[in-house]
Amino acid sequence: MSKAVDVTGLTRAFGDFVAVDHVTFDVEEGEIFGFLGPNGAGKTTTIKMLTGLLAPSSGEGHVVGHDIRTESEFIKQRIGYMSQLFSLYGDLTVDENIAFFAGLYEVSGERLEQRREWVLQMSGLTAHRKRMTGELPLGWKQRLALGCAVLHEPPILFLDEPTSGVDPVSRRNFWDLIYTLADRGTTIFVSTHYMEEAEYCHRLALMNRGRLIALDRPATLRSAMAEPILELATDDGPAAAQALQGAPGIIEAAMFGRAVHVVVDDAARATHALPALLKSRGLAVHGITPVRPSLEDVFVSLVRREGGAVIS
Amino acid sequence: MFGLNRERLRQMMRKEFRQTFRDPRSARILFVAPVIQLLLFGYAVNTDVRNTRTFVVDRDGTAESRQLTDAITASGYFQIVGRGERPAQLVDAMDHGTVVMGVEIPLGFAADLAAGRQASVQVLVDGSTANTANVALGYATQIITRFGLQHAREVLARAGPLPAVAGVDFRARAWYNPNLESRVYNVPAVMGTIVMMMSLLLTSLAVVREREIGTLEQLMVSPLKPAELILGKTLPVVLIALAQLVLVTGVALLWFGIPFRGSFALLAVAGLCYILSGLGIGLLISTISATQQEAFMSMFFFFLPAIMLSGFMFPVQNMPKVLQYLTLLDPIRHFLEVVRGVFLRGAGWGILYKQILILFAMGVSVLWFATTRFRKTTA
Repeated sequence: MSKAVDVTGLTRAFGDFVAVDHVTFDVEEGEIFGFLGPNGAGKTTTIKMLTGLLAPSSGEGHVVGHDIRTESEFIKQRIGYMSQLFSLYGDLTVDENIAFFAGLYEVSGERLEQRREWVLQMSGLTAHRKRMTGELPLGWKQRLALGCAVLHEPPILFLDEPTSGVDPVSRRNFWDLIYTLADRGTTIFVSTHYMEEAEYCHRLALMNRGRLIALDRPATLRSAMAEPILELATDDGPAAAQALQGAPGIIEAAMFGRAVHVVVDDAARATHALPALLKSRGLAVHGITPVRPSLEDVFVSLVRREGGAVIS
Repeated sequence: MFGLNRERLRQMMRKEFRQTFRDPRSARILFVAPVIQLLLFGYAVNTDVRNTRTFVVDRDGTAESRQLTDAITASGYFQIVGRGERPAQLVDAMDHGTVVMGVEIPLGFAADLAAGRQASVQVLVDGSTANTANVALGYATQIITRFGLQHAREVLARAGPLPAVAGVDFRARAWYNPNLESRVYNVPAVMGTIVMMMSLLLTSLAVVREREIGTLEQLMVSPLKPAELILGKTLPVVLIALAQLVLVTGVALLWFGIPFRGSFALLAVAGLCYILSGLGIGLLISTISATQQEAFMSMFFFFLPAIMLSGFMFPVQNMPKVLQYLTLLDPIRHFLEVVRGVFLRGAGWGILYKQILILFAMGVSVLWFATTRFRKTTA
């Protein structure tokens, strides 16, 4: 079975700084493959190497069967790409943007008509096709950008933090579109730093400081996390998290929303010991509940196991 | 590298045209601004010395001293804006910059003339306006000398019939510009600088703007090649700049009445090469700049010295040798030689082919360099 992407020991350095450090993975055809990590983890650099925007310092890589070093001309014909920077022309109309990007991929004639209709319908912009793209709300622009990225029906679509800065409803709508594309057989390679978005992916690659620290299905990643997690409700979360650092039986304490997530070695013992421990610091505890680890917990725990710090 | 795809190039050009003419105001600016600039600069860049503001201190107050003053005014080069009896008044006017020249006729001027003694007149000029002062001084010398000669002849004539004296008859003629009007010389040069400025303005932001809004990245992951991108941005500007050249040429001919003695075809070909060099430089600036602001500053960093070294205001042959060689790199310099030659002297291909070849070579090499630079910065 051929892979949509396969990468071996891919590395990119900028001077002394190694942005992507010997990354190896592959992506199945038709898969929604998530790339998760904080800003600066090397996600964008990896995508730039895969899409031919940046040459790798070392390592191998193939996208839809073509070598990323020598065959970027072929790759460019066969991929779709949409970046975090909104990338349509604001001073062209919706129709003009579609015509321009279609033209770059030599989509013309009957096929252009079909694809135009499809994009307008998918993005819900049929009634606004003569409007200037710059006047559209951000969520609409984003759907249009996605449509323009797949006008030529590429077998694989790269999305580099496509939803950053978008409200949650638009983000949800956007993911519905991604699912639609995936159902039609398009491989989706998406990077994000939103943990809840990562849950939508078939498989997830976790990146930190240029290195791939885990790669699996989201559920598997969660269940692989051994240590139990307790959610602690308290008046002063940051103070509590601080007080718990390094306390016996406590592996990690970090803010999670307004609560504190405490990774412990033994749930029962900790549930018993925590209130007293915090009370001695003058902090009242309103409740302790065991929680299912979120991907964020998994991520933090994996980084800790690696012995490094999360950069964010 | 030159395996260009016609369809992609066409799309790129169409997009550029659309964006350029989307805003009717900016479209109007493209064609109205050059005309306004030419009108403005055509009048402003005028080195003719006329109506020089002059202060006269006539301490003599005789018929002869008034005759001299009248001769100075009648020439048209001077306009008397103040009179006084004391030299201090002249100094004061000079200090305030209200006059550029002062004429002081001393007490006893007429008496000296009548007695056949050497009479003297003092002329002061404001040397801080070196150019005007120089020219005005020349005119003043001529007028006063002629006045002296004429007076001498009258005195001699009264004494008896004049002996025959063979003088030298001096007849000066200025070719190509018989009245030595600076406008005839300057307007074609102003045209050249306007076309350069417009070419630079249209291109220096072209690539970097897309870099800033993120569309450049989108283009670079598409099959669009660097050469297609650069040409797609270049060709529309060539057409716009050529239209501007036609427009300013029309204004120069019809409004300013500048003579045109050469060939329009030659002007068009030279103009095309010149435009290529200008927008090549603009695109190069645009591809190596990270921000629009940086591009804008780089453009001025190029444009101002290019004007100074072009011979537009200061003749190239007056510059130090090193700078003269440097001017060979300045496309404006070569184009000014073409426009002045083709407008005023009717110079043909045989004379101007060198400038045209240089401009063409500059245009092509800078464009090629911009394309390869662009390839490197994105790869």
